[in-house]
Amino acid sequence: MTLAQEPTALTFDCETGNYHTFCPISCVAWLYQKIEDSFFLVIGTKTCGYFLQNAMGVMIFAEPRYAMAELEEADISAQLNDYEELKRLCVQIKRDRNPSVIVWIGTCTTEIIKMDLEGLAPKLEAEIGIPIVTARANGLDYAFTQGEDTVLAAMAHKCPSQAPVAEAEKEERNAISKLLNFGKKKEETKAEESEYVDHPPLVLFGSLPDPVVTNLTLELKKQGIKVSGWLPAKRFTELPVIEEGYYTCGVNPFLSRTATTLMRRRKTKLIGAPFPIGPDGTRAWIEKICSVFGIEPQGLEEREAKIWESLEDYIKLIRGKSVFFMGDNLLEISLARFLIRCGMTCPEIGIPYMDKRYQKAELDLLEKTCQEMGVPLPKIIEKPDNYNQIQRIYELQPDLVITGMAHANPLEARGINTKWSVEFTFAQIHGFTNARDILELATRPLRRNNNLKELGWEKLVKEEAQV
Amino acid sequence: MKLAYWMYAGPAHIGTLRIASSFKNVHAIMHAPLGDDYFNVMRSMLERERNFTPVTASIVDRNVLARGSQEKVVDNITRKDREEHPDLIILTPTCTSSILQEDLQNFVERAQIDAQGDVMLADVNHYRVNELQAADRTLQQVVEYYLNKARKKEELPAEKTAKPSVNIIGISTLGFHNQHDCTELKRLMADLGIEVNEVIPEGASVHNLKNLPRAWFNLVPYRELGLMTAKYLETEFGMPYVDIAPMGVVETARCLRKIQQIINAQGAEVDYEEYINEQTLYVSQAAWFSRSIDCQNLTGKKAVVFGDNTHAVAMTKILAREMGIHVVLAGTYCKYDADWFREQVSEYCDEILISDDNGEIGDAIARLEPAAIFGTQMERHVGKRLNIPCGVIAAPIHIQNFPIGYKPFLGYEGTNQIADLVYNSFTLGMEDHLLEIFGGHDTKEVITKGISADSDLNWNKEAQAELNKVPGFVRGKVKRNTEKFARERGLAEITLEVMYAAKEAVGA
Repeated sequence: MTLAQEPTALTFDCETGNYHTFCPISCVAWLYQKIEDSFFLVIGTKTCGYFLQNAMGVMIFAEPRYAMAELEEADISAQLNDYEELKRLCVQIKRDRNPSVIVWIGTCTTEIIKMDLEGLAPKLEAEIGIPIVTARANGLDYAFTQGEDTVLAAMAHKCPSQAPVAEAEKEERNAISKLLNFGKKKEETKAEESEYVDHPPLVLFGSLPDPVVTNLTLELKKQGIKVSGWLPAKRFTELPVIEEGYYTCGVNPFLSRTATTLMRRRKTKLIGAPFPIGPDGTRAWIEKICSVFGIEPQGLEEREAKIWESLEDYIKLIRGKSVFFMGDNLLEISLARFLIRCGMTCPEIGIPYMDKRYQKAELDLLEKTCQEMGVPLPKIIEKPDNYNQIQRIYELQPDLVITGMAHANPLEARGINTKWSVEFTFAQIHGFTNARDILELATRPLRRNNNLKELGWEKLVKEEAQV
Repeated sequence: MKLAYWMYAGPAHIGTLRIASSFKNVHAIMHAPLGDDYFNVMRSMLERERNFTPVTASIVDRNVLARGSQEKVVDNITRKDREEHPDLIILTPTCTSSILQEDLQNFVERAQIDAQGDVMLADVNHYRVNELQAADRTLQQVVEYYLNKARKKEELPAEKTAKPSVNIIGISTLGFHNQHDCTELKRLMADLGIEVNEVIPEGASVHNLKNLPRAWFNLVPYRELGLMTAKYLETEFGMPYVDIAPMGVVETARCLRKIQQIINAQGAEVDYEEYINEQTLYVSQAAWFSRSIDCQNLTGKKAVVFGDNTHAVAMTKILAREMGIHVVLAGTYCKYDADWFREQVSEYCDEILISDDNGEIGDAIARLEPAAIFGTQMERHVGKRLNIPCGVIAAPIHIQNFPIGYKPFLGYEGTNQIADLVYNSFTLGMEDHLLEIFGGHDTKEVITKGISADSDLNWNKEAQAELNKVPGFVRGKVKRNTEKFARERGLAEITLEVMYAAKEAVGA
């Protein structure tokens, strides 16, 4: 890199917003699997439905618990009554699937025609007896993973505000966690309680695969911290109790609305921490939570060192190499911070939206990491312009570009290593244990292309005449 | 509102983008919110395209909602014109811009003032037409635009080519096996001594469109895409067209005879009969396959066919006419062209289904219990649930339906590919026979009839045990028939007696 002067603080820039990302309704693809008793109804057009079935490959599941309420011309011109139409469909869903919650996903179309989903939901909810959660996950306002943010922010309102009084009911509610206790006797569960330090209740938010939930929960347990609940839980009927004064902490960088809702509407205290991505992030996350509760963290330093040691074979492959984030899922800052700690350089981090308050701790850690590793601070480009970025990629020739699927194959054909960013959204990347998975993903193109190096097949497009 | 799990044909703008990205050096700009450019993902992933998909979005966001696009669309068009110098930029409306009702035509006219290339607004309405209709219309629109332009400049070629020649119309990106079909058609034309004048839209340059009238005739292999263009060229230039898809042995021969008739009428003196005979009997293996003892085992087996018009019609005819398979149901999701479908298949199948509701098709398959399904990826899923094999013959399709190997559906090599597909889809004859004798090895749980209906009937222990002894591949059928029998007689519990009674009654 030929930088005239090295910036001493992170620089933020904003481009045109002409970039490729997934529509936020894609969150149904992972949320319907996470929340097992839910049904997601996307109220939109064929465009939305086609996206979900093709681009998201949701189609590979034979019987998904999601469907489109496909708007027709008569809906757009208000010749049909929205309420009656939605009622008809929701009754059908109730009959066929009997879910514990129906999540309405508002789209661009419902925004433009100003369909009052938030107004219709409570009425219909009362009439058909199934909770309805409304989330406006549309492409006018949000990008990709922010879809989950809108759903979780809406769900935060549905969390019970008081622990249920009757013990019997509580057992009902926790049927699953009881199962997980494998029939342990009550005394044993009681005994376990004493392993925890006395601290105010902590609720974590962010949808993660169940093994990762267990993993992070146990990680905190080692420090004596009890996770009282998780938004979202495996089932809608198990949404955590959130009372005023509870502490909350996010596990993903794209959950700023959820964080805001939990603070402002549910009066909880937000623990602003870096996100538990990579061993450095996980340690910083746990330390921050510990510090808020006045706990001295135990054995974290050794644990982190051990993880780094186990990663060495992968890190060898990327040390000293450069990575360019085109930006599409908001995980970029955390991933860049981790990869820089692994010894990479990073000229540019593209990101759809940058909440400097919610990501403050993560940004600080990024800056600190760069200083400690002695690498230049990356430029953070909000709302990037993909065309300009590709020109910069040609110029910089980074060793790895993390990008969406629209650009991956064309860049590969031009001899540039790419990794699809979407995979980071679906892979298990949180906690100490999964740090290896991040590197497994990040190094895969390099390992594959090392295998092919001898063949001399790098540029597979004919030289275009430059005009 | 319509409750939809899956959809067969995509939204209109996909059709326009398929045309735009098939041409060389044509760029499409979508007037759409963030995330609607997933067409790029589909093209890049499904087609494993090496080049950047020439599609960008002029993003509709909150500001656009509040104030209108104003300069944004025009700026995006002129910017793209400067950056990539496309010959043509097609402004593509989406469902969102349909409701916003901005004057896109005005944007196009303003952008045209500054742009070096041509700028055009795709004339498609999201709420009126689907992907296929939009593609058909956009192709015609582009062709008409450039022919008018050439006419104004007096650049239209006056003469036909010296030798018989053809335009192949309708080969496009993301089309089902289109690339392979195109190669096969070119080979076929070479065999017949016919020059290929132009192939559109795939790989074509808009500058060459003015040469279209030089061909002696147009060949439109797919019903869904290209017919409007062919009809336009017929009206404007008196060019005849052949719209018989050369899929299957009989239809290929019919297509060739039609071509022969058309070019002979223009002064060629060709006779393709010997070629057809040679290909049919000795080159293509399909005719011989129909006669071989392998195919005997398929006689009278039940099949369901579902897909787009072109493929479902051709497949129905091949199965019924060329292989002696019993097509119990043929269906299409091209509702807008249903009459043609009915007319084509009515004599080759028992039942016709015109629907784009995946549930309805699934239920029909469950009810009919065919031995094999020929459908789209969605029917393949239905087949998976009902334990019925499925050969994929039409879009919507997955990445595995974009094979690297040569797999045309059209022409004589196409007949070979189809014979393989059909044969491999049915349980192999001998395997079938052996399983029946030795009781099978499948211990999978049975599934219920109907795509969402649960079984409300109780099987007692003995009956359940007996049912489990039934070979896996017919177990589902036995179970459903028994339950149907019990339901009709109002029996709540299924005992051994009920099972045997049912067997005697319906031959389960």
